[in-house]
Amino acid sequence: MDPNTMAWSVLLLPLLVAAAILLGLKRWSGVSALVSTGSALLTLIFCILLASGGEAAVETKSYPWISIGDRPSGEEIQAGNFNPHPGEALHIGIGFTIDGLSRGMMLIVTSIGFLVHLFSLGYMKDDKGKSRYFAGLSLFLFSMTGIVLADNFVMMFVFWELVGVSSYILIGHWYDKASAADAAKKAFLVNRIGDFGFMAGILLVWILTGSIYFDEIAKAVGGVGNAQLLNIAVLCVFCGAVGKSAQVPLHVWLPDAMEGPTPVSALIHAATMVAAGVFMLARVSFLIDAAEFAAHTIVWVGAITALLAALMALQQNDIKRVLAYSTLSQLGYMVMAQGVGHGGSDAGMFHLYTHAFFKALLFLGSGAVIYACHHEQDIWKMGGLKKKLPITFWTFALGTAALIAVPFTSGFWSKEAILEAALHEKLHGPYAIAILVAFLTPFYMTRLVLVAFFGKPRTKDADHAHEVGPVMWVPLALLAFLAVFSAYGFVSGPLLARGHADIGHLFGHFGLTAILSLVGLVVGVGAAIYFYKGRDQDPISIPLFRDKFKIDELYLGLVHLFQDAVAKGMDFADRYLVDPLVARFPAMTALAAGSVFRVFNVGNVQTYAFFFGVAAVGVILYLVL
Amino acid sequence: MELTLNHFLFVSGALFAIGLAGVLVRRNLLIIFMCLELMLAAANLTLVAFSRYHLVDGQPAYDAHVLLFFIITVAAAEVAVGLAIIVALFRSKETTDVTQVSTMKY
Repeated sequence: MDPNTMAWSVLLLPLLVAAAILLGLKRWSGVSALVSTGSALLTLIFCILLASGGEAAVETKSYPWISIGDRPSGEEIQAGNFNPHPGEALHIGIGFTIDGLSRGMMLIVTSIGFLVHLFSLGYMKDDKGKSRYFAGLSLFLFSMTGIVLADNFVMMFVFWELVGVSSYILIGHWYDKASAADAAKKAFLVNRIGDFGFMAGILLVWILTGSIYFDEIAKAVGGVGNAQLLNIAVLCVFCGAVGKSAQVPLHVWLPDAMEGPTPVSALIHAATMVAAGVFMLARVSFLIDAAEFAAHTIVWVGAITALLAALMALQQNDIKRVLAYSTLSQLGYMVMAQGVGHGGSDAGMFHLYTHAFFKALLFLGSGAVIYACHHEQDIWKMGGLKKKLPITFWTFALGTAALIAVPFTSGFWSKEAILEAALHEKLHGPYAIAILVAFLTPFYMTRLVLVAFFGKPRTKDADHAHEVGPVMWVPLALLAFLAVFSAYGFVSGPLLARGHADIGHLFGHFGLTAILSLVGLVVGVGAAIYFYKGRDQDPISIPLFRDKFKIDELYLGLVHLFQDAVAKGMDFADRYLVDPLVARFPAMTALAAGSVFRVFNVGNVQTYAFFFGVAAVGVILYLVL
Repeated sequence: MELTLNHFLFVSGALFAIGLAGVLVRRNLLIIFMCLELMLAAANLTLVAFSRYHLVDGQPAYDAHVLLFFIITVAAAEVAVGLAIIVALFRSKETTDVTQVSTMKY
């Protein structure tokens, strides 16, 4: 099969499965689950075949969708004039970009997608919405594939919204729980803000370069004279990434999204969808390179997100929320890398790749813990799980090791790459913040592991927990392997060009970054052991961090403020404009007319006949005279 | 003296006026009903007269004479309905005085 057909199959197969489940198979939930999992396996196989193409870009066919005006002619393109009539011609197609970037991302999406499907077979075994759940997963795989393979901005935007929808459906899977329904709504609304910016950005880029195709924009961007507008355009596009990848200030939806089933958190809210923002930035890295101010903003937004999220993670007690804030923090790293330039984008994608595996592992591990403890999520109500869930514990520990960048695990190499890129570009402020985060991450992760897995069981549920079945621990084991080794050449395959474990390089340039991150690791883990070993309650209390800097409350206040103002205005208009004009005036008119005509309604037939006669005479007189 | 169209129109006008006056001033529903019939007869007379004095190819047109029979038939049907209403009214109100039947007002 040629790559083009393969790409179409990968895109459409999950859609077909989702449609088949929702339209027909819904009643047989076991069949739906198996069909969905089977399709995930099939897409994974296709993607492995696709990935064998390596870095080479493949010529693919683009099917026109909307076409207005003339495309630049061959001669004009030869002359370097890609945009002879800016803002006049619009061409949108549905087509694929199959290059190293999309191959690597597809591999992440489908491999983690398949493992999450497998895990869900166990985790969602007795759920009454099982069919709906698997249809949602398939729909998500379809949408995510669309984003990754898109060859133009508009197609990407369409699928961008589709992942939003599938995320909404899956967060709100247990919609009869008010908090889940609210979280789904919040995720959707917050993403709307970012997506509005994204749309404006796409339009601006189209105005500036005359095209929405990535390859054409890349060629045309050098010729854009208006640097200010280009910066604004890139910042607008970045808004989309801020929403989807949950950067400050639109990060508030991601922790709440943990209301969804845990495998969903692993797939969508840790490994793939939230990374779509980073992927998009990597896809348009040529735009970021061309816009210096926007690039700096991206670096700082990423760094600030990494720091704030790490601080918030210090004081969370819900096992999934700690992981959610750590995801935010790592996404901050990746976004920061996208703005660094000169290899930063590749480093960010490398981190995305390693992070996807170890964070999916951590989430699925937490899912196994939650499942074993009868849906208890508070780490202070767990404890002693190391003996009860040995496989889960060891895989979780390996994931943690990768996340806190223990040397020679995958996370170590990718984090190193980002830090070095930042230092190389002399971005000392963000670099310092990133190093600080490298101190915080080991601290909160060690706290999590110590409190949840060590010590004595603090509740009956934790005491009675026992190991999960193989359908759940096999994905954990596979992911644990990937979490440790995904940075090495024999696994990373198509992403090799973007970053890989380079031991020779590490010892050759054993510099500031390596020393600082090792110190951070030792200090972080040491401090966490000192504070949390053998504790039954949290010895540290920092309300500001626990309350997430009160950002939710701030937004709530702002919304109230604006909403109240708008509501007051509406109330005034309703009372003093709409009411008199639309309601009272017609009513009064009808009443007045009625009181005139009721005079004639005397009730006597002869009087009516008289009126009738007079009127008839009147009409005749009028007509004759 | 020869009868002209005007003679017929005059008689029919008088009949109509008498009928209308009866409808307006009499109180007994039956009388009012008879007067209504009188007005109808006046209208019929006008129709026939116009038809008789309308010459087509030197001959009077007799079309309306045919039409008249239909009108009389319909009027007979109408009378049946009207009398039935009057009977029904009399059964419920015990009167045929039209001034006593005045509940149809605001």
